[in-house]
Amino acid sequence: MKASLGLKAAAFAALAFLHVPLLIVLFYAFNVEEAAFTFPPPGLTLNWFAVTLQRPDFWRALGLSLQVAAVATAIALVLGTLAAAAVHRTRFFGRETISLLLLLPIALPGIVTGIALRSSIGLFEIPFSFWTIVIGHATFCVVTVYNNALARFRRMSKSLVEASMDLGANSFQTFRYVLLPELATALLAGAMLAFALSFDEVIVTTFTAGQQQTLPIWMFAQLTRPRQRPVTNVAAFIVIAITTLPIYLAYRWTSRTTDVH
Amino acid sequence: MLTSLSTTIYRRPWLALLLLLAPPLAYMLVFYIAPLGVLLLNSLWRLDDFTGQVVREFTFQNYLALLQPANLEIFLRTALMATAVTIACAIIAFPLAYYVVRYASPRWKGFFYLAVLLPLWSSYLIRVYAWKLILAKEGIITWFFEQLGLSGLLEAVLSIPAIGGPSLSFSSLGMFFVFVYVWLPYMILPVQAALERVPRSLLEASGDLGAKPSTTFRYVTLPLAMPGVIAGSIFTFSLTLGDFIVPTVLGNSSFFIGQAVLSFQGSSGNIPLAAAFTIVPVIVMIVYLLIAKRTGALEAL
Repeated sequence: MKASLGLKAAAFAALAFLHVPLLIVLFYAFNVEEAAFTFPPPGLTLNWFAVTLQRPDFWRALGLSLQVAAVATAIALVLGTLAAAAVHRTRFFGRETISLLLLLPIALPGIVTGIALRSSIGLFEIPFSFWTIVIGHATFCVVTVYNNALARFRRMSKSLVEASMDLGANSFQTFRYVLLPELATALLAGAMLAFALSFDEVIVTTFTAGQQQTLPIWMFAQLTRPRQRPVTNVAAFIVIAITTLPIYLAYRWTSRTTDVH
Repeated sequence: MLTSLSTTIYRRPWLALLLLLAPPLAYMLVFYIAPLGVLLLNSLWRLDDFTGQVVREFTFQNYLALLQPANLEIFLRTALMATAVTIACAIIAFPLAYYVVRYASPRWKGFFYLAVLLPLWSSYLIRVYAWKLILAKEGIITWFFEQLGLSGLLEAVLSIPAIGGPSLSFSSLGMFFVFVYVWLPYMILPVQAALERVPRSLLEASGDLGAKPSTTFRYVTLPLAMPGVIAGSIFTFSLTLGDFIVPTVLGNSSFFIGQAVLSFQGSSGNIPLAAAFTIVPVIVMIVYLLIAKRTGALEAL
């Protein structure tokens, strides 16, 4: 049966709604204008790319964001996988509670996590650092790894593990040579998602970063108190470029293996 | 060594469970649940107006302060926006998800899936910023209306008191567009997942029993897709409740919850009041989650 024209139009209109603003922001990176957002732009230039790439604050923020995201993802990978393994192997233990606990940081507004961490930092007089940022990020990254790993565990057949044990492998060998290869793509997808979430996080970070600026914090400062407005356009262009490619690749890798049901 | 350790663990399933569960559980307790406890505690303390220090005495004065008309207005404004955004997201997401699940070929399905994910993963701030460009007074929407000779219509909409403003980029209406835009993928994905799970045999059975396609949609598809909509609404609602970026970048001077919390905490250093302020969205979301749990929506996340 064919879809009605109205339904098709609504679907493609929603898709256009999602993408046209991104195309516009890419286009504005070439705008010559410095102050306003006049459409159509009076002229196009590559000049602002050079200006942006020479701004040390942009590079510092990008560097910090990459580091924070890498460490938060590593923590989330370990904790999320462990939690998924635990929940998968036992039926009776308060598994619903654990799922809910891991889900809370993304189900409750980010500002709650932010102000909760901020008030603890204040109460215990903990100095702001790289680690206060990382801890805030890892709390909501764990659930993405957990969800992906748990879904893969559920699809895995128990007989593989049993066969491995029967052939004399110990638990660690079974994990290394049987479970891990099976889990790999799910973990990769979970890690990509965790990395993207952390790389993009601004609400929690506002409360847990002292003077340090992650890229989103830097962007937010640019939006509210711009030093050079066109630099924001170019930074947007660069960020879209560097996030799109890995996400596309991750999708290709994981869809190839997960489509086989 | 490893083998004997492995055997020890294998013989005692509870030990294995403990070893697996301890690190994630400890992390969440120390870095999430404990801070929530500190937050709750803080909301019962008060700020000394003269010294600007937090006084650790129990008091409900922060909660009483929430009842001041100015603060109630902030809650109401935020909740109304979150509700409107959630409804709009559901209305836009549903046809897209329905088309993809029911009619798109596998190739197109992959394309749509990626097309919904990509904006989600390209920076949230950049997507907000994109709309700042689009909605600006001299921006693309104004230009578009001028080309169509409909500038008067735009002016008329902007002059409506509660939703208008000096330009779309400083109005509640603009804010609404941006919220819908940034959270839309969070609605599409769970709705799509729920629709995927509606068994085709049920639809065929309904048709065989003489139901028209619209009847089948109304009585079979829609109820079965509802958990997906509810799951999506948890995100759209919660994300709008706690956001301070969109109201700061696009709003006027009237506060949303997130901005109020940020300003109590930041400029006035009044963490107790900021804490009490966040307890409200926490309670709202916990009630929401409990209701969602009963509909089975949490399974659809």
